Amino acid sequence: MHFGLSEEQSLLRDTVRRYFSDRLDIERIKEMLGGSCPNDLWQSVTDMGLMGVVVPEEYGGSNLSLLDATIVAEALGEFVVPVPLTGALMAVAAISKHGDDNQKERYLHGIANGSIRVAYGIKRNHAALHSEGNLVTGRSAVIADVDGASHYLLNAGDKLLVVDCSAPGIRVENLKNVDRTRSFAIASFDNTDCDVIAPGYSEVVNHSIAVGRLSIAAETFGAAEKMFEDARGYSLERYQFDRPIGSFQSIKHQLSDMISDLEPCRSLLWYAAYTYDAEPEEFELHSCLAKSLVSDVAKRVAKTSLEIHGGMGYTELLGLHLWFKRIETNRQLLGGPEATRSRAAEIQQFVIEEVS
Amino acid sequence: MDLSYGVKYDDFRNEVRQFCQNNKFVDPSTGMPGVTERPSKERLSWQVKLIEHGYAARTIPKEYGGYGADPDIINSRIIQEEFIRAGLSPGMANQGISMLVPTLLEVGTEEQKKRYIEPTIKGEMIWCQGYSEPGSGSDLASLRTSAVVDVDDFVINGQKIWTSSAHVADMCFILVRTEPEAPKHRGISYLLVPMNAAGIEVRPLVTITGDATFNEVFLDDVRVPVTNMVGARGQGWQVANVTLKYERGMLGNAGQGASAIKNLEDLLLSEGHDGRRPMDNAVIRDRFVELQARGLANKYHSMRLLSKTINKEPPGVEDLIVKYSATELAHDIFCLGVDAQEELGTLMGDSPYRAEKDWQKSFLGSFTGIIGGGSANIQKNIISERGLGMPREPLVAMTNDGWSLNKKSS
Repeated sequence: MHFGLSEEQSLLRDTVRRYFSDRLDIERIKEMLGGSCPNDLWQSVTDMGLMGVVVPEEYGGSNLSLLDATIVAEALGEFVVPVPLTGALMAVAAISKHGDDNQKERYLHGIANGSIRVAYGIKRNHAALHSEGNLVTGRSAVIADVDGASHYLLNAGDKLLVVDCSAPGIRVENLKNVDRTRSFAIASFDNTDCDVIAPGYSEVVNHSIAVGRLSIAAETFGAAEKMFEDARGYSLERYQFDRPIGSFQSIKHQLSDMISDLEPCRSLLWYAAYTYDAEPEEFELHSCLAKSLVSDVAKRVAKTSLEIHGGMGYTELLGLHLWFKRIETNRQLLGGPEATRSRAAEIQQFVIEEVS
Repeated sequence: MDLSYGVKYDDFRNEVRQFCQNNKFVDPSTGMPGVTERPSKERLSWQVKLIEHGYAARTIPKEYGGYGADPDIINSRIIQEEFIRAGLSPGMANQGISMLVPTLLEVGTEEQKKRYIEPTIKGEMIWCQGYSEPGSGSDLASLRTSAVVDVDDFVINGQKIWTSSAHVADMCFILVRTEPEAPKHRGISYLLVPMNAAGIEVRPLVTITGDATFNEVFLDDVRVPVTNMVGARGQGWQVANVTLKYERGMLGNAGQGASAIKNLEDLLLSEGHDGRRPMDNAVIRDRFVELQARGLANKYHSMRLLSKTINKEPPGVEDLIVKYSATELAHDIFCLGVDAQEELGTLMGDSPYRAEKDWQKSFLGSFTGIIGGGSANIQKNIISERGLGMPREPLVAMTNDGWSLNKKSS
């Protein structure tokens, strides 16, 4: 029995983290704010194979498990890297399991080699977008990672669509989101060409969302871990009343609360990723539970960490705000904690007749 | 990730499952045998049968009355899983079995092992733990109950408190101060005291649940032979720490959380007094799913720790958080069980209209987990100091000018 990362997975984790920590200091991250993932960074992460982690080998990927993908997602959160992984994972999961051969040929190679960058605008039961045959019309949900994207992954109700960003009939309105490590937009479509993934299979959107939720949960976890480590480090360096503030019980107990919340979340994330292949019928439930719990825990960690840093935490100088805002934004993407728990209850068929 | 125990354990699981099919015993008592009451005759013979098959006292050496198997945590886990699955009463767990016996095996004399271990694991000899005192709770090492040597005896004087099972116990393992001049951690000895010795008085303490599961124990010139000491004179603190290590493991068991969540789910899905199911209320449902996520996170966390033990990895901070995390979760689970029933959630004991499970009593009882065995605040000190490497709080002393930092450490 072994519960945890394998040697190869630990190596992947170390490699990715070392790569980011060597290249992305806070100044470099600040330079990238408000734009898309720079080409050199994009080139190197795709060269490392990070976009093709779960792509089957025949399409140029490394065919690893979803747990490997969450390791990458966690590192992206830890270093607030503007690499659009979640959309890629959602598209790969849906297309490699439910897409037709042409679609696999068309998208999977490109995602693995970086020539396709996927932005995702998915919301369960989104009703402002309509597709008829291979044409889509209407207004999308909020699209994440929109700058630099080559394709949109969208849903019209329970239909999952891929749209080429250069297709005619698209109007994009960029949003001013609080998290400037990524870019967001709402797009309108007017009889725009689209590719429907697994037409007639109503679970495809739920399946894709479940993978996306786990990816975001892992990313949030990475960001929260980093904010916890920063709080611990700062409290040992910062002296007041002739003592490191980390010797005060009020701070120590806050750190204990953070780590006591975080570590079980890590176990839940690993297990949720494990169910994807080992117990597929359990996967969506576990993804919902992981996303909602990690979001709530990370929110508390982010608040406490900011507070421990005092006034400095409230400035832009330390860069702590970047992690805070990433956690805040991830909390809302693909369903906040309440929406996600509500879906978890639905999956378990808890509701017979709604009462108040 | 590989969550199977491996084929070599399949035979063992089949053997245990076979036993559980052919042997049925469910203790009808609602109390805790060996903790709040003496075990019944039936329970005692069940215990003997379990030891014979190696499903209780599994790793205790044969010469001390145990089964004598090599320690294998997966075998223990399989026994636990199969007994839960079959709904049978498992081997007894009380302070004697879970705390004293491992301590004696580690540091007891041969005579002590021979004399005490067998009757204890068989459930015939019940023990209580004489640690806390009115003035020494979280700061246990400041304890003042004294023992002085008179010829071949220790003479003990003082008071202990929170002594669960003292009213049913035969024996007490007790911490006393034998070297009053030594620094506080080095002046303590660990003694074994018969509860029928002259000079012992046990007074029950009624707790918030209305039960008297705790006691105060008064010791007035109580004499025990010096051979009743475990470890050396002044070494009692180290001996006690052997025992406390086992207590933390006993209190923070994620498996208990899983069955409490299951009971809560059943409660919320069944029709209440007003004909409605609490789960049909969106707010109750949201609270339940949040607890479910925490419960599963703790469950998988315990699998991660089991895996670390099996693969001989150091446990680290992940291990230290378990008791704190599990006891807070238990409190929140019982709280939702009460809230979901509204007014009827405040019923306790044998009231009409009470739910099948006594949620109010469990809710109140959850404080024993939060406070006992090192309170939540002490756990947070342990997590931050031992797990995260944070500095200890400096000592303060009262001077004529008010409170001041005391540079001298004890």
